[in-house]
Amino acid sequence: MSDDAHNNDSHHNLMVDNKKLFMWLFLGSDCMFFGTMISTHLIYRKLYPESFDPTSLFSLELTSFSTFILLMSSFLMALAVSAMHKSDIKSFRRNTLGVIFFGLIFLACQVYEFTEFVHEGLTLKSGTFGSTFFMLTGTHGVHVAIGLFWLTCMYFYSFTGKMDPHESAIDVEVAGLYWHFVDIVWIIIFTVIYLIEFIK
Amino acid sequence: MSSSLTEPTAPATHDHALKPEKSNLGLMRPDHSKSVIIDWLTTVDHKKIGIMYGAMALFFLLVGGLEALIIRAQLIVPENDLVSAERYNQLFTMHGTTMIFLAIMPLNAAFFNFLVPLQIGARDVAFPRINSFSLWAFVAGALVLNFSWLMQAFSELGWFTASGPTAGMTDFVPGMGWFGYAPLTERQFTGVGTDFWIMGLQILGIASLSAAMNFIATIINMRAPGMKMMRLPVFTWMTLIVSLLIVFAFPAITIALGQLMFDRVFDTSFFQVAQGGQPILWQHLFWIFGHPEVYILVLPAMGIVSEVLPTFSKKPLFGYSIVVFSGAVIGFLGFAVWSHHMFTTGLGKVATAAFSLLTMAIAVPTGVKIFNWIGTLWGGRVRFDAPMIFSVGFIWMFMMGGFSGIMHSAAPADAQQQDSYFVIAHFHYVAIGGILLASISGLYFWLPKILGKMWAGKLSTWVAILSTVGLNVTFFPMHFLGLIGMPRRTHTYLSGFGWDSYNMVCSIGAFILGFSILLFVIDIILLMTKGKPAGNDPWDARTLEWATTSPPRSYNFARTPIIPARDALWEHKHGAENRKITFVDEGSHGIHMPSQSWMPFVASFGFIPLGLGLCLMQAGVAYMGYVTISGLVIITLGATLWAIEGPGGYHIHPKEDEI
Repeated sequence: MSDDAHNNDSHHNLMVDNKKLFMWLFLGSDCMFFGTMISTHLIYRKLYPESFDPTSLFSLELTSFSTFILLMSSFLMALAVSAMHKSDIKSFRRNTLGVIFFGLIFLACQVYEFTEFVHEGLTLKSGTFGSTFFMLTGTHGVHVAIGLFWLTCMYFYSFTGKMDPHESAIDVEVAGLYWHFVDIVWIIIFTVIYLIEFIK
Repeated sequence: MSSSLTEPTAPATHDHALKPEKSNLGLMRPDHSKSVIIDWLTTVDHKKIGIMYGAMALFFLLVGGLEALIIRAQLIVPENDLVSAERYNQLFTMHGTTMIFLAIMPLNAAFFNFLVPLQIGARDVAFPRINSFSLWAFVAGALVLNFSWLMQAFSELGWFTASGPTAGMTDFVPGMGWFGYAPLTERQFTGVGTDFWIMGLQILGIASLSAAMNFIATIINMRAPGMKMMRLPVFTWMTLIVSLLIVFAFPAITIALGQLMFDRVFDTSFFQVAQGGQPILWQHLFWIFGHPEVYILVLPAMGIVSEVLPTFSKKPLFGYSIVVFSGAVIGFLGFAVWSHHMFTTGLGKVATAAFSLLTMAIAVPTGVKIFNWIGTLWGGRVRFDAPMIFSVGFIWMFMMGGFSGIMHSAAPADAQQQDSYFVIAHFHYVAIGGILLASISGLYFWLPKILGKMWAGKLSTWVAILSTVGLNVTFFPMHFLGLIGMPRRTHTYLSGFGWDSYNMVCSIGAFILGFSILLFVIDIILLMTKGKPAGNDPWDARTLEWATTSPPRSYNFARTPIIPARDALWEHKHGAENRKITFVDEGSHGIHMPSQSWMPFVASFGFIPLGLGLCLMQAGVAYMGYVTISGLVIITLGATLWAIEGPGGYHIHPKEDEI
């Protein structure tokens, strides 16, 4: 998270902090990760349009709710970043706790959804739809879980009094970039995996 | 030769160094450790990391070379039974995988690590600890992949039999080709070897990705004042382009390997034909990675040659900006030609025509570069020192590979050449004639800087002659072998097809080539033991790395240079008065050095139990689930402590005369 060895003599030719640049590059790479999985899903969907009808399985109400929750967590994340830039550590903690809480709700919805689907008979082994669906949404869920672990560490770290206002603002901003990205990816997944199935 | 930038002095001492602070964990950082082993395990110095990459790469070059020689020994006469067919499959699979992922890529990484910070006038890479992590993750991936040989040995000795998901299978070393085409990789057809291959490549991918992101951040952000993008040495430019290729190409194989792993472990349907999976999807995903990978391998070689030719011609690189631009175009087009590996799969006329056309287009920027290199030689005061011999050899041999490559771009011709020895000839001309010759050229050029010692003997001439002869004797006949119908991946063949004498010649050539590499290793050992001090700038070179001491001190430059022009050192030595390198006034706070750390080593060590646990679980070994989880815990713990301990650091005050 914090590995800028050149605090004293950095040049930053692009006027972007090293850590932020690194995170942008990671997100660029992550776009390709998700792009590959989403393509796989869509290819098999187009190849076998009749093999499986997920509209009876998907609960649009539940998934819309969890999408909304994840969107709102992104909003709180933005507030936390802004608070850290103003060195308002209390507000940072409050908003970060909100992000963690909302993130947990999202994950809980996903766990509930997965168990429901498995009960209904959609598993990793049930054809290409099960494989691509669970791998894609599962990978996204792992991203959310890693983000939650990261933010929880930051939340507790803020109590040690070792947070340097300038450096930590960048650290929080980098975590924020990651969180917003995970959110944006979910919006794409929600659209092309869930919503598109209901266009008839 | 004019005086160089830094007067030769005694090596830097840490007399004036402050004690390192305690880290946030309350532990001392392993700085200035008395133990050499601890020092190298925890180092964050890009130069030491580069040297370790280089040593690993040379070791695996020999391992991969040995595998190749066994292959050629098997094929030397018809109906030979030196190795079994299964072992033969494992040898060519591991030969390809080892050479690409464990020899060429880390050798390139060695050059990136050692040279890029020096060439841009930086003290280190942007993230020194991530750099250390990349190295050790690479080592972990190499161990996991090659652990398969040990399992195979255990199996042969009767000490181990696979149970569980791969019960009854006796192949523990990957044997399905380096591209792992589905559905051969599914668990009905191949044993744990495929799992070792999946996990090994997955870990190596993590190492490459983290290194690539680090280098982009370094090149974009850490340049010395005045080092504008269009003043960067071409090698640094190629590093930047290669790193971008890695960032955007590796995810495709990571996901494909993940899907394959799910197929094997969880019985998903990604590539399982019986359940609706499409094996062709694997080919697409693999080559979306695989073709940019070709340029990931070859662009650094082009960068090396673009440094060596101007130095030994005493001329600036002809058309610097067009060479850089061509490199970028090659990298960009590299993403748009993957299906030329799949012309015979029945893509349809439109797709075949489009990929055919784009493949032909990629020859244009490559040709531009060749002409620029020849233009650099034209009218120069050419000196044929060892690096120059290999670079000129590169131009010629790489062109040979390019010519047969352009033949493949025509889909109808490719349909004849697909999966024949013609293809083997083509990509070995590129890999050995191109990449290996350029890498040897780079080692002859930069080892005096890296080790501080100068080549003495004339062994390099013999290495050059024997490697070029060996390369051509081995691979030129393969063009004919391919065209008269010998398929690749052939364990043995019957006499009477007209293949016998060609194969004999190829095998003899391979041993000549192997002998030349052995001579090269001996030359390096002679350099290390008998070399005389090299001085800062033994070749009268052009770029910034030659301005500092050989070997460079831990902080690279006592004062940060201000770069007035392209080819900064050359201009400083021979240019106008206003082109001299000046220095940033650093003040009195000394040079800030990053602290060494155990955490990157710990975090990447976790990949070993993670990878081995998952593979052995597939072979039904007990308790491997716990080992896998312990690997995950080690990685998480290492990364968390890494974040908490912080970058740390201490200050060095170089003595007055070192400045």
